[in-house]
Amino acid sequence: MSDRVTVSKTYKLYLGGAFPRSESGRTYPVADAHGRFLANAAQASRKDLREAVVAARAAFGKWSGATAYNRGQVLYRVAELLEGRREQFAAEVAAGEGVPGKRAQSLVDAAIDRWVWYAGWTDKLATVLGAANPVAGPYFSFSVPEPTGVVGVLAPQGSSLLGLVSVVAPVLAVGATAVVVASRDRPLPAVTLTEVLATSDVPGGVVNLLTGHTAELAPWLAAHADVNALDLTGADADQRVELEKAAAGTVKRVLRVPTSEPEWTDQPDIGRLRALVETKTVWHPMGI
Amino acid sequence: MTWEYAPAPESRAIANLKPSYRMFVDGEFVEGKGEPLKSVNPATEEVLAEVSTASQADVDHAVKVARRAYDKVWGRMPGTERAKYIFRIARMIAERARELAVLESLDNGKPIKESRDTDVPTAAAHFFYHAGWADKLGYAGLGPDPRPLGVAGQVIPWNFPLLMAAWKIAPALACGNTVVLKPAETTPLTALVLAEIIQQAELPPGVVNILPGAGDVGAQLVNHPGIDKVAFTGSTEVGKIIQGSLAGTGKKLTLELGGKAANVVFDDAPLDQAVEGIVNGIFFNQGHVCCAGSRLLVQESIAEELLDKLRKRVSTLRVGDPLDKNTDVGAINSRAQLDKIHELVAAGEQEGAHRWTSACPLPDKGFFFAPTVFADVTQSMRIAQEEIFGPVLSVLTFRTPDEAVAKANNTPYGLSAGVWTEKGSRILWMANRLRAGVVWANTFNRFDPTAPFGGYQESGFGREGGRTGLEAYLDV
Repeated sequence: MSDRVTVSKTYKLYLGGAFPRSESGRTYPVADAHGRFLANAAQASRKDLREAVVAARAAFGKWSGATAYNRGQVLYRVAELLEGRREQFAAEVAAGEGVPGKRAQSLVDAAIDRWVWYAGWTDKLATVLGAANPVAGPYFSFSVPEPTGVVGVLAPQGSSLLGLVSVVAPVLAVGATAVVVASRDRPLPAVTLTEVLATSDVPGGVVNLLTGHTAELAPWLAAHADVNALDLTGADADQRVELEKAAAGTVKRVLRVPTSEPEWTDQPDIGRLRALVETKTVWHPMGI
Repeated sequence: MTWEYAPAPESRAIANLKPSYRMFVDGEFVEGKGEPLKSVNPATEEVLAEVSTASQADVDHAVKVARRAYDKVWGRMPGTERAKYIFRIARMIAERARELAVLESLDNGKPIKESRDTDVPTAAAHFFYHAGWADKLGYAGLGPDPRPLGVAGQVIPWNFPLLMAAWKIAPALACGNTVVLKPAETTPLTALVLAEIIQQAELPPGVVNILPGAGDVGAQLVNHPGIDKVAFTGSTEVGKIIQGSLAGTGKKLTLELGGKAANVVFDDAPLDQAVEGIVNGIFFNQGHVCCAGSRLLVQESIAEELLDKLRKRVSTLRVGDPLDKNTDVGAINSRAQLDKIHELVAAGEQEGAHRWTSACPLPDKGFFFAPTVFADVTQSMRIAQEEIFGPVLSVLTFRTPDEAVAKANNTPYGLSAGVWTEKGSRILWMANRLRAGVVWANTFNRFDPTAPFGGYQESGFGREGGRTGLEAYLDV
């Protein structure tokens, strides 16, 4: 048995529900925490990124239009599938982040629990953030949170699964769609996560994942006119101002995130959910 | 039948107009070191008053006193006490409502019936509403004890001068912040009367500071390192500059920017009601409204009938003296704005849209523009894409609800939208799909302090009003 040659995986991009290589044909080597070669990952290009935005926009109508209950079930289903891959994720996290197996396992467990936490938010958000507005006139006025649109996410560079889940799950929970740039040096758990998403009921295009050089892709993402919000968690510190400036060109919502990665195991509040929704107020006259 | 109206002007004396106004810093009215500006009555082109403006040193000083007031007094004052000050302001605005309305119409050019019935009462309501929040912030859903941000730098436009000041100042104070506010260059007067009210309400010195000036003062204010929060209402062009200039500073920013709202009329709409709504949507405040219903999308089968009714109704609008209680459309706020309207209207004609302009008489003096409706507008025309900010309506048609949604959303903006139909399910279907922060169904241009207002996309971010609006002024 032990002399069997294993079948190793080609790590690819995840665009519109498919797994293409980069159109540029580029790859880059990914090493473990000790510098040993793990795999070649696709090195996405500007064109891949634009394709990802197109796919995310195309998927937005259906995903944002799904009922909150349905979205909750679909996201919960993802957690079920994550659970089945616990060991694979733990191995990838341990290798990439250089943490002991037990610690890696607990990070994976926390990531799955986080996913469940966000899955449960889909059908509570309108209750918690919405309102019936007691306006001074014969009108019925109500306000509801709606997904902001396509969200560009620079995933955390350090926490390759728990951090990633903590920034992607809220995007899906509010009904937005995502273009995610994975951790540059630790992209493998992210790619595996897309394999889970592909076999779940999350429609293709709702999450699009690019692996590659964050600093190369980030400016295009920040300036793209069809991206509505931007999460710079994984941005290079010295690139952040430039990215925020680029985002201003189309009045993107830039999430207020700390400059260094937070302790991802801490229980989040609903700040990310709040930052990813728009409040819509509707008025109608009352009368007979 | 033609109605003849006798003039019914409100007395200008009620405005208590003074020959000069000074800026308000640290609880006192002081001379600014900037070049004084002259505020002009756009209906007569006469100078109303001279107003001192802020220099860079004045901005520095105002930010400093606002910081001190925040650290020493306002930021640590219990909410119950803050509330009472803000309630006082609300009451005193109501007490001086008539004076403020006349002054607003003089300085801005809007009809007295609008300043009297909308601007001033809504401004008072905004303070009253937010006063009550000051000691209840823990119930806003933003955590048990949400903290203020510090000093807010606020820049407001000329279309609703007093009301915008209220929208900015009231939530900031309720949440425990102090304020440095810059009113618009062409309409600084009512904000300075509000300063008088704030002084009479005995608000601690430095809590609210009002610095008149042009865009350069605004730029100095929002870029000041002593500011923790920036709130801006104005054009998308300037909003982008501000957002870019704040990149990397970590300052909290809210933007309420331009719009190109679609007002969608279906074939089953109550047409007479819809006509009133369309008129209100685009000719209210001379169309100087960021959420104006400037793109009429009408279902093809009723387009002709609706346009006939609309032109007939619009030709009855009375354009003229803003102080006349019968005036429907007042003066365009400035020469520059009038020029911009002329330019875009010329572009509409050049690009082949069919222009109709009301034959109403216009005053000889002042900045006026007759209500105008463009038919046969296509989506790529400038008058369908750009904010005109004047009494000019662009009319497009659609056949199916899907087409209406696609056309309504075909703009980088997303501030407001209107829907007219008798079918309830269609209203909710449309409301769901329109990418806009406010959707008015079978009504238009309704505002209330309890109802969050603000845009999607390039119409800005953050909300004003309601529980949602508090987030803009809290560290959450």
